[in-house]
Amino acid sequence: MIRLNNIVATYTTQRGSINAVDGVSLEIPDGIILGIAGESGCGKSTLMKVIYGDVVSPLSLSAGSVEYGFRDERGGEVTGRNIRRYWFRRISYIPQSSMSSLNPVVRISRQFVDFLEPAKNKAKVLEEVRAYVKQLDLPPEAIDAYPHQLSGGMRQRIMVALATFFQPDIILADEPTTALDVVVQKSILLLLMELQEKMRNTIILVSHDMGVHYQATHRMLVMYAARAVEYGDSEAIFSRPLHPYTRMLIDSLPTIGDDHARQGVPGRPPSLWEPLQGCRFAARCPLATEVCRQQEPALTEYRPGHFAACHYANQQAREQPLQVSEVRP
Amino acid sequence: MNLSLLERDSNATATGTLLKRKTPRLNLRLKLGIAILAFFVIGSLVLPFFTSVNPSQQATYLKNLPMSGQHLLGTNALGQDIFWFLVFAVRNSLILGVTVSLCITVISTLMGLSAGYLGGWYERIIMLVVDAFITIPVFPILIVLSALVRGSPSFILIGLVLVVFGWAWGARTVRSMALSLREQEFVNMARFSGATTFDIITRELLPYTFSYIVVNFINTILFAINMEAALAVIGLSNVQVPTLGSILFWALNYNALLIGQLSWIVAPIVATVLLFLGLFLTSTGYNELSATRRGVA
Amino acid sequence: MTTILKTEHLHKVYRLGSLRRNVSIQALNDVNLTVESDEPAIVSIVGESGSGKTTLARVILRLVEPTAGKAMVYDHTVAGKGIKPAKREFLSMVQPVFQNPFESFSRYRTIDSYLFETATRVKGLEKAGASEAVGEALASVGLEYSDVRGKYPNQFSGGELQRMSIARALIARPRMLVADEPVSMIDASRRMTIINLFLSLKQEYKTSILYITHDLATAYYISDYIAVMNRGNIVEFGAAKQVLSDPQHAYTRLLLDSIPTLKHKWVRQA
Repeated sequence: MIRLNNIVATYTTQRGSINAVDGVSLEIPDGIILGIAGESGCGKSTLMKVIYGDVVSPLSLSAGSVEYGFRDERGGEVTGRNIRRYWFRRISYIPQSSMSSLNPVVRISRQFVDFLEPAKNKAKVLEEVRAYVKQLDLPPEAIDAYPHQLSGGMRQRIMVALATFFQPDIILADEPTTALDVVVQKSILLLLMELQEKMRNTIILVSHDMGVHYQATHRMLVMYAARAVEYGDSEAIFSRPLHPYTRMLIDSLPTIGDDHARQGVPGRPPSLWEPLQGCRFAARCPLATEVCRQQEPALTEYRPGHFAACHYANQQAREQPLQVSEVRP
Repeated sequence: MNLSLLERDSNATATGTLLKRKTPRLNLRLKLGIAILAFFVIGSLVLPFFTSVNPSQQATYLKNLPMSGQHLLGTNALGQDIFWFLVFAVRNSLILGVTVSLCITVISTLMGLSAGYLGGWYERIIMLVVDAFITIPVFPILIVLSALVRGSPSFILIGLVLVVFGWAWGARTVRSMALSLREQEFVNMARFSGATTFDIITRELLPYTFSYIVVNFINTILFAINMEAALAVIGLSNVQVPTLGSILFWALNYNALLIGQLSWIVAPIVATVLLFLGLFLTSTGYNELSATRRGVA
Repeated sequence: MTTILKTEHLHKVYRLGSLRRNVSIQALNDVNLTVESDEPAIVSIVGESGSGKTTLARVILRLVEPTAGKAMVYDHTVAGKGIKPAKREFLSMVQPVFQNPFESFSRYRTIDSYLFETATRVKGLEKAGASEAVGEALASVGLEYSDVRGKYPNQFSGGELQRMSIARALIARPRMLVADEPVSMIDASRRMTIINLFLSLKQEYKTSILYITHDLATAYYISDYIAVMNRGNIVEFGAAKQVLSDPQHAYTRLLLDSIPTLKHKWVRQA
């Protein structure tokens, strides 16, 4: 079980400080794929960095801690500060753009060696790597190539191989398929799902695409303006979303074969530079009342395992869809 | 189609990015550089109004007088007041430097931008010329020139040669900037808004090359003053007119060190070094400033 | 029936590499597309990266010269090998909306200067008329001139910039708006605002729209016609609903199958 205890992550610049993640507390069960959804600026990438332990200036962890749920070789605690030593072994990271993560002038084989076993027997490592990538549908020659000689999809598979080679307990994937075509995206997502089933570890997947969450995740966290607004099983969230933001997100996506009129979520998230009062979504929420503007709702468990931060979550469950959608001719 | 009031709040974003243009905070280097330059520029432009004597006229005063209240740096072996000679020297050097640099900057920018943007035969011809001029070293040309003019070329001639041989470097750099700029989407946007080639060069491309141009301008002033001074020291410029180089020429010729008139040789050296320091600090200080503004540094 | 868009034998070959080893990439391979419609229509070109859809858009916008063939919009030849239409005429036929709203405007210019310039140079309006045209165009995309005047690109969000980009294109009253992946760089939650805008503009301004995208779902939502491209070829073309509900070509089926849809979960091999 991974525990996030009241994480507050701050960016400090010349202009001042801003809390990109402002008090997120969660319990993430082991052996699932957790999706984090939300628009840009909501704090999902920052949260990932905090979990990964990649907290460098101007980013700092002002408050809170991460409990990883596993102990080190000596039985000691693993915390955000020493998690670095376990990168690639017990926790790893798949970045969005493989092209910027792989050194363009170095062959893939050497990059594997650099990442994985810098001191040990290179030949042995490479042998194991070649055997491993075959399982990921990569031709073994790919290892000897330069990054630019491989397609985007293949490169991303290399990143997945790097990240999963040691079968880490936790894999963090920050928009791993956003830069890829839809056909390749499906294959990478299926690959990740397959690997997760085999390794029984935890994958945390950030994506702005709700469709990806629907297909690939078991549980989902929806973030808005540095806060967690909904958290629960993906199926439950998609069939009965409790928070109006989640509902609007889901409703705004067009689907093939569906002729309902759709609308984007109007407005913009509040500026995190200003002091905020009440529910951060109130300004854009069709259900907002005075209570919402004054008092910030806490993340409450409305159904077993299903949390939402909304004063009207209970009513949400019983009401009609937010927008009256007309069937288009 | 009227969207809600929320859409109009364009000053707030969740990530808090910099929204308004702010006046830049000058860094120390730049402040120092500008201070030094201001000192020289104002000094050399304003002070001449306070004297009625022509400093290059020889035998105005007694020779080799020491530094005093009357002659701040003493007089030299030609009977000239060193201080006033120096003031005029700085002024003339600066005027030459700035004028030449202005001409070079304008020409190299126009040529570079147009070549880079238009491409084709036009670019190839211009680059051929540019590459030819870059390889020709300008100092030997100046020496040959003054030999031809029997040792006393006018400043206009010197300036002309400096401009003709000096614009190539800048043009090459500006052209490569234009090459990458012309692929930018906003250039296409301007085209579809009806802009002409001239519009695009001046309004779309030029602003993005501005910081380079400023730095280049300042460095070229340094280059021009340096070239003229080098010529003058070996006696191939018009040494009757006070410039930083000619003052050194006379001081060396009359062995200022040996006769003990240290101020004659030391003052212009200090002035030259300080002036160049001022130019250098301003140039690098501005570079630093524009880099931080771009968010690079 | 009016032919709103027609391409004849469009080819585009890119040659990369050095003297010894060079590679030719066939970006457009004999593309023949004919779209006929009496009413203004939204035509989507869908495909993955490398399919040629962006090259096709850039050929029509004359940002890239084809190796062979030509393209016609409303029977006016707008692009082709060796073809150079009159500037003003071209700018009134075709106008673009680019993919990256942040790079569509110069950092050093105000946004409304672009709109104003379009009004005076492309439409030939005088100052007063131009201001009015700018205000009207901005209103039709849901923005107020007073909120936009004198501001620079860094003061706006991606969605707002894209809307202003669309407004600018509309001032020229083009017969066809060529939108190259206009929402791919905008947050998923805000895309529909722009997409719905295209729909209403088709009605209001009677302008046809060429919508380039890799997102089949939004293509389905607004298109009248869809062309599916793969490796420089058009593999399928027809009425949007038809193509997407009953795809004939294997590649179209593959594309449809790969979309992370909310309707059913992917079938996984055991």
